[in-house]
Amino acid sequence: MKIGIPRALLYYKNEKLWTKFFDELGIDYIISPETTKETIENGSKYAIDETCLPIKIFLGHIDYLKDKCDYIFLPRIERAQDRETCLNFRAQYDLVKNAFRDYNLNILFYNDMGHKEHKEEKAFKKLCKYLHIKKSIGKYAYKIAKQTQMYYEMFRSENQENILKSTKKPKVLILAHAYNIGDKYIGEPIIHMLEKLGVQPIIAEYFDHKKCVKESNKVTKTLPWSYNRHLVGALELYKDAVDGAVILTTYPCGPDSMCNDMMVRDYKDIPLITLTIDAQDGSAGLETRLESFTDILNYKRNNNNE
Amino acid sequence: MNKEIIACFPQWGSYSCAFRYLFENGFDVKYMTPPPITKHTLEVGSLNSPDFVCVPFKYCLGCHIEALENGANCLMQIYGSCRLNFYGELEEKILRDLGYDFKFFNMAEINFRSPKSIIQNLKIVNPNLSLIKVAKTIPTTIDIIKTIDKIEDFIRKNAGFEIRENEMEDLFSEFKKKLDETTNSKEYKKLKKEYLKKIMSVEINKPKHPIRVGLVGDYYTVQEPYSNYFMEKELEKMHIEVHREMNLTNSIIKSKYKESRKYGKKYVKFNIGATANYTVAEVLKYAKNGLDGIIQVKSFGCTPELNAQTVLQNISKDYKVPILYFSFDSQTSETGIKTRLEAFYDMLSTKKKG
Repeated sequence: MKIGIPRALLYYKNEKLWTKFFDELGIDYIISPETTKETIENGSKYAIDETCLPIKIFLGHIDYLKDKCDYIFLPRIERAQDRETCLNFRAQYDLVKNAFRDYNLNILFYNDMGHKEHKEEKAFKKLCKYLHIKKSIGKYAYKIAKQTQMYYEMFRSENQENILKSTKKPKVLILAHAYNIGDKYIGEPIIHMLEKLGVQPIIAEYFDHKKCVKESNKVTKTLPWSYNRHLVGALELYKDAVDGAVILTTYPCGPDSMCNDMMVRDYKDIPLITLTIDAQDGSAGLETRLESFTDILNYKRNNNNE
Repeated sequence: MNKEIIACFPQWGSYSCAFRYLFENGFDVKYMTPPPITKHTLEVGSLNSPDFVCVPFKYCLGCHIEALENGANCLMQIYGSCRLNFYGELEEKILRDLGYDFKFFNMAEINFRSPKSIIQNLKIVNPNLSLIKVAKTIPTTIDIIKTIDKIEDFIRKNAGFEIRENEMEDLFSEFKKKLDETTNSKEYKKLKKEYLKKIMSVEINKPKHPIRVGLVGDYYTVQEPYSNYFMEKELEKMHIEVHREMNLTNSIIKSKYKESRKYGKKYVKFNIGATANYTVAEVLKYAKNGLDGIIQVKSFGCTPELNAQTVLQNISKDYKVPILYFSFDSQTSETGIKTRLEAFYDMLSTKKKG
């Protein structure tokens, strides 16, 4: 049996959990390659025009995997840290089933409706039952995988904090979802651009999820989306430690469309810039905007030093 | 009655009569029927909204701004399982940034598991609120909503075949006008009986097999006639019987959610959010019942409806029923809609004849 994992959406949130879990059980899997322009073009064939870019990319990855494996792994995560996720994560199973109906894909999933942490464990238990894996072996594999994911996240978060303390360069907080900042097509060019401009990018996604979501309660009462709360909380926590922040969003992201506006309204004393990426790429425009943004940051820094 | 508090809820179909009854007789505050939506409402709303938020937000914000300009000082917003959940907080923020002074009753802030939180939040509307009074008005309010839905459903199915044009619509607006003056349930019941009879007995000339079209879509767009560019009216002019199930009765008062999930199981396994499960089940039902065509109206970028649209395409193929998809944003051209609708009608009528 071969399992295909699309390198999109929730993969970036759970990559170690999933891969380690299958490693432990000795199940063979492939992960679709990094996103390219072609991925988006292929994905757009299955998507409705006005769907958001991450979903088009996601469908592109499914398109790559569709004839290369026996099962496609598409977990459904409804809640994280007791908050909702984007509706697309709830619908991805049915979306893929319907968009790729002609290919009759086999989909492997676990359904995490989790109000609390242990719900995920239950979901994995069911997955093991479906795969005819002995309970104890499945539980052990899950525990190991969960720990790996945890240590990976802890390491990432500590690393970010260290950079934050040690670097002398101007620091820019990048506020973007995991599946945007981790994507080769969306996030990486922005990180490279900033590095080339002599700025240290700090990635909000890498900070501790629990801490950030907790912090976001200070800013907003009713923001429903867990992953957006992470970004808002990260901005609240580190606003004094960085020189400016870049909001990186994809067109037309539902949660971001409202959350970004709230951030811009709430944080008026920190330099903020919003970059929107759509399926038609034009990085030249972005480069110019980032250039002038870093100019402002440098100017502000010099003024403060004098 | 506390005359200093003037409450207002954004324009939403014909329901303002029911809300007025609830607030004036239950909450004991003045209720302002929001000014009817015009081009200006949408313009003001979009000017102050984020760029690619869904259009219902822009309508709601525009309505609130116009209401504040007209003297309202207590605004409200409901919640839902999509972006609607965040409408209240962002609207309040934007309105405060614009410098307005008002009270805001945001239902998303209520923790429905704690009675204390419910009472605290209700008291935002009126600090001297009597819960008994509110509780007493609720059954009548629900009945008003049900009556409105019943009448509207009847009008949709029959208004296209009236002998004297607009007779039902005129009677309905007369009913709504009189409803705005009722203060107790007795008066209302008399009114309901009278007008239900009047409207149901309007003379019509309906052919045995008229063209039937089902209307589905996202919660606001399908229910607020201005936001779907009076789609129902246009269809009635073409002598079409319009079916629509999405209304307050079927979604909140007597939710058909569980039924919908079960009915649409063949196409959708999980809860895909907001109105999407309803949409899929309704379309499937229309297709099975042999309706001639289906129209989906939604706001641009509406996530749940977009996911449903992928499913609808499959249903359309399986049952060979034509589906017309409309996606509205703040810059939609009315002529474009009309042209597409006319072409759809031509196709349906040739299909019906042949």
